[in-house]
Amino acid sequence: MSQVSQPAVETCGLTKRFRRQGGGRRAWPWRQAGSEVVALHPLDLTLERGSTTGVIGPNGSGKSTLVRVLATLVLPDAGWARVFGHDVVTDSFRVKRHINRVSVEAAFFKELSAWENLLYASRIYGVADRSLRLRVEGVLARFGLPRDVLDRPLRHLSRGQQQKVAIARSVLTTPSLLLMDEPTTGLDPRSKREVQRMVADLREDSVTTLLCTHDMDEAESLCDRVLLMDYGRVLADGRPSQLGRLEDLFFGLSGRGMEEADVEAEQVVEGSVC
Amino acid sequence: MLMPALRGEAQAFAGFVERQKNLIKRYWLWEAVWLIYSLVSVLSIGYLAAGLQSLGASTFDLRQAQLYLLVGALLWAYLSVVFIEISFSVMWERWEGTIEYTFMAPVRRLTHLFGICAFALLYGLVRTVVVLLIAMLLFHLDLTHANVVTAVIVLAVSTFPLMGLGILTSVLPLLSPERGEQMTVAVQGVLLLASGVYYPVSVLPGPLQALASVNPLTYTLEGMRAALIGGRGVGSVWPELAPLVLMGFVLVPLGLAVFGWAERRAKRFGLLKRSG
Repeated sequence: MSQVSQPAVETCGLTKRFRRQGGGRRAWPWRQAGSEVVALHPLDLTLERGSTTGVIGPNGSGKSTLVRVLATLVLPDAGWARVFGHDVVTDSFRVKRHINRVSVEAAFFKELSAWENLLYASRIYGVADRSLRLRVEGVLARFGLPRDVLDRPLRHLSRGQQQKVAIARSVLTTPSLLLMDEPTTGLDPRSKREVQRMVADLREDSVTTLLCTHDMDEAESLCDRVLLMDYGRVLADGRPSQLGRLEDLFFGLSGRGMEEADVEAEQVVEGSVC
Repeated sequence: MLMPALRGEAQAFAGFVERQKNLIKRYWLWEAVWLIYSLVSVLSIGYLAAGLQSLGASTFDLRQAQLYLLVGALLWAYLSVVFIEISFSVMWERWEGTIEYTFMAPVRRLTHLFGICAFALLYGLVRTVVVLLIAMLLFHLDLTHANVVTAVIVLAVSTFPLMGLGILTSVLPLLSPERGEQMTVAVQGVLLLASGVYYPVSVLPGPLQALASVNPLTYTLEGMRAALIGGRGVGSVWPELAPLVLMGFVLVPLGLAVFGWAERRAKRFGLLKRSG
């Protein structure tokens, strides 16, 4: 199959389990046997190029594990995943050239300025050149950030501003596949709307986007396809218009509300599952 | 195809060096505190040597003893900076939560780690020169007989095994996000004990002497003392240079291999994210 006709993402039987510690973190190693949590049950998935796919599910549903596997940050236990035809395990270097990621926490060197962080990111992706500063200013202007934000340490920026700089960081490397892991979680309503607008803009740029979110309305408005996940399984897959009210659908398929599932997952998982 | 790839790696290398430089710049107050700490440690050793006479130790050359101890203390100050800069870089990234972004970037681990090492070596050198100049002023150190060329060569050759050790230790935070830092400090302590920073390794008990014989710092210290105090030429420090070259050939690939293994392990168990 030629590179051009390859789907953006293809997975087959993709499975991931994590070990959950038993006996508490202070216990001796031989008393920490614990149990296993299945983060991803065998998952078959195809994402077409240029599509925006939403992944909705409570904590522990496997959304972030899927993103981390595609980002080459977690190794699957079974099955395979390909990004533009490249295997995420055996050909991870090529996969890395195609992707970037925005996570729920805008991970930066907080003492460094936005510019220093963006310069570092651009250098390690090999895209820093003489015009970088102008490009960065252009991207930030597009996302409604004032120019003086660039030279302020990240820790002085609001969470919304940090998240916008994080999106700018991912856009600067011109990824073909953008993995967005709850980019609007914890933001104030205004920042949330602005970040959502940025995601909508990216859609116009034909970047293939995988957007993990808790927000049903966000998924309905931004995505042309939605996967509803719970306990590492896909419960439903389709266009938002086909699936109807996602909240009701989740309740109908899982037997509990999303908030209830979040609380339950936090009690069970205790941070073991990504 | 090769040239753009090499250009990309060169740019990434510069990126890591520049990032470390920017971090040092932002945390300058901390760095100033550490510089003072290094200076105080070296000066304490110098004054300890000066005070030996008042303790009745008059049967040996006190100036020689002072020089011996100061060379050890200065080198330890240098090696500590290099070692800490390399091995703490991973821990720093874990703490900031940026490690996933660095590991996700299309850059060879060799480039990543060598970039960190290059900065650590340069920074360590600058800091040590500052401490050396102050020590020379205060103790009127006589280095007129020193063979600077030999000293530079010993230091340059030591760079590689030191990088290997640093890379090996930087693996610890990947293996244990919670206890990696303490383990790194413990390793550093063992290196100090079994290297002859403040005493000849011959005074150590057998097992520690055996450990010292596989510790590159032992040969760095012996070579540097031979050059700076003994004024020996390159030709006569081969017994120190040869093990360092050999250890460099072993420790750098070993460090990279172990780092690769630890990275795969962290990815298998999902240990890269901040919460561990």
